[in-house]
Amino acid sequence: MTKEVMTANKAVAEAARLVKPKVIPVFPITPQTSISEYLAQYVADGDIDAKYVKVESEHSAISAAVGASGAGVRVFTATSSQGLMLMHEIIFAAAGMRVPIVMANANRAISAPLSIWNDQQDSIAQRDAGWLQTYVEDAQDALDSTLMAYKISENDDVLLPSMVCLDGFILTHTVEPVDIPNQEDVNKFLPSYNPKHSFLDPKEPMTLGALADPGYYFEARHAIEIGMEKSIDVIKKTCKEFEEIFGRKYDLVENYKCDDAEIVLVAMGSVCSTIKAVIDELREEGEKIGLLKIRVYRPFPVDEINDAIKNCKKLSILDKNITFGIGGALYSDIKAKINKETYGFIIGLGGRDITPDTIKEVYEKTKNPEKDVTWVGLKKEDD
Amino acid sequence: MIEIRFHGRGGQGAVTAAEILAKAAFKDGKYAQAFPFFGVERRGAPVMAFTRIDDEPIRIRYQVYNPNYVLVLDDGLTHVVDVFSGLKDNGKIIVNTDEDFKNGGDTEVYEIDATKIALDTLGINIVNTIILGYFAKKTGEVSIESIIEVIKEVFPGKIGEKNATATMKAYEMA
Repeated sequence: MTKEVMTANKAVAEAARLVKPKVIPVFPITPQTSISEYLAQYVADGDIDAKYVKVESEHSAISAAVGASGAGVRVFTATSSQGLMLMHEIIFAAAGMRVPIVMANANRAISAPLSIWNDQQDSIAQRDAGWLQTYVEDAQDALDSTLMAYKISENDDVLLPSMVCLDGFILTHTVEPVDIPNQEDVNKFLPSYNPKHSFLDPKEPMTLGALADPGYYFEARHAIEIGMEKSIDVIKKTCKEFEEIFGRKYDLVENYKCDDAEIVLVAMGSVCSTIKAVIDELREEGEKIGLLKIRVYRPFPVDEINDAIKNCKKLSILDKNITFGIGGALYSDIKAKINKETYGFIIGLGGRDITPDTIKEVYEKTKNPEKDVTWVGLKKEDD
Repeated sequence: MIEIRFHGRGGQGAVTAAEILAKAAFKDGKYAQAFPFFGVERRGAPVMAFTRIDDEPIRIRYQVYNPNYVLVLDDGLTHVVDVFSGLKDNGKIIVNTDEDFKNGGDTEVYEIDATKIALDTLGINIVNTIILGYFAKKTGEVSIESIIEVIKEVFPGKIGEKNATATMKAYEMA
């Protein structure tokens, strides 16, 4: 193990190197990230024995990933914002064909107006596709989650693709210390990939993504639901195995000072770090506040959420996305599944900076609620 | 925690300087974080980059609004952007200039002609590493040994050696 100061983009590339993918299809032009640049270098230097396929669009990148994964090899790809939007059609197909692709997405806002800055609308727009989604808090989490994603997705009980979502700029362009695991430990954690279900073998031909008439389609979709349900236990088990080998603890959610909190903030991704700092500050002033970090958003960890928030009075849900007319996606999911007084807050769209003042305003507005959903950080009319 | 803001122009290496400083602080045994002002990259346009250094792991992830130190790679920027913006009361500012830079009010302003060192040593006006040598000596927030080590890692070979020489010159001048 070595420790280096690097961006979350490089941390993801290091993870992709360590899992030894055989095919890396990428669209190498903007909005692509430096993840693809690092991987191009690793392949050119012979550090990864993979086919690096430069394609003409993100639609082709994910299509090539589906093809390669369907042929039975480990695949990695990466994208961001508009690139992910262009993949949308094949994102669904990948889940339906049950190919365990792992893809990193640098979370950035969606046009229009044109923005290159951070929010999570791009991956939230894919939430119903049947992919597992992890929202990472820091660069270390980005590396570790990418390693774990393969083990989870390739599990026979799951066989669904994984999206590792890392906040654009806030993580992708920030350098900080990261532990890089050594190859032997990663080999122990994640042996080479030997697929049972998808394997290009002329002696035993099979079809993926065939036509399914009304006699079959319904069951095929239900099978995805079952895979999603089963993935909860697989993720827990994988996190335990990861901790045994690498010493770092992960779970579907993280309970930060929730047990005696009256108000629990619920959020995903890098903003959780700032929230923890604000919670420590407010707790010194005697405020009973906690954070529930949703690390894994799909599958949606209903039992884990209920367990963490059972003692609190109110929930404030922070969303870097908007479902117009409803509130944020996380807010609407929690409203659907969790029985608790809940308020939604839209924050940070298109890179609007989220400072401790933003978090404190959320807290105050939960204490003294005026409406169900509030946009925090909007400019005043005369600004 | 200390926070440092770099002002430069696109292409002058402000972001690289912020990262070198973070890596050097990490070598010194501290925690560090560095990031650019999130925006589109354009050569010549005013850019900012930030470094945070602390003895504890750094959790906060918003932009730096109240830096302890400001480093200005190009004194022409002082006419375009308010380089003093948000500087802490006891904050210090280091400006690459060959003039007497006096409009600091009560703020402690250090001037260094890093451009001259760059032209003499590197033959090109890139001052991002040089100003770090001056910063290391004037503030004591980071060791010059770590700065030099990181410069050689980031720029392998001859360029790294030359940058290290230029950075040492600035350190000795401070």
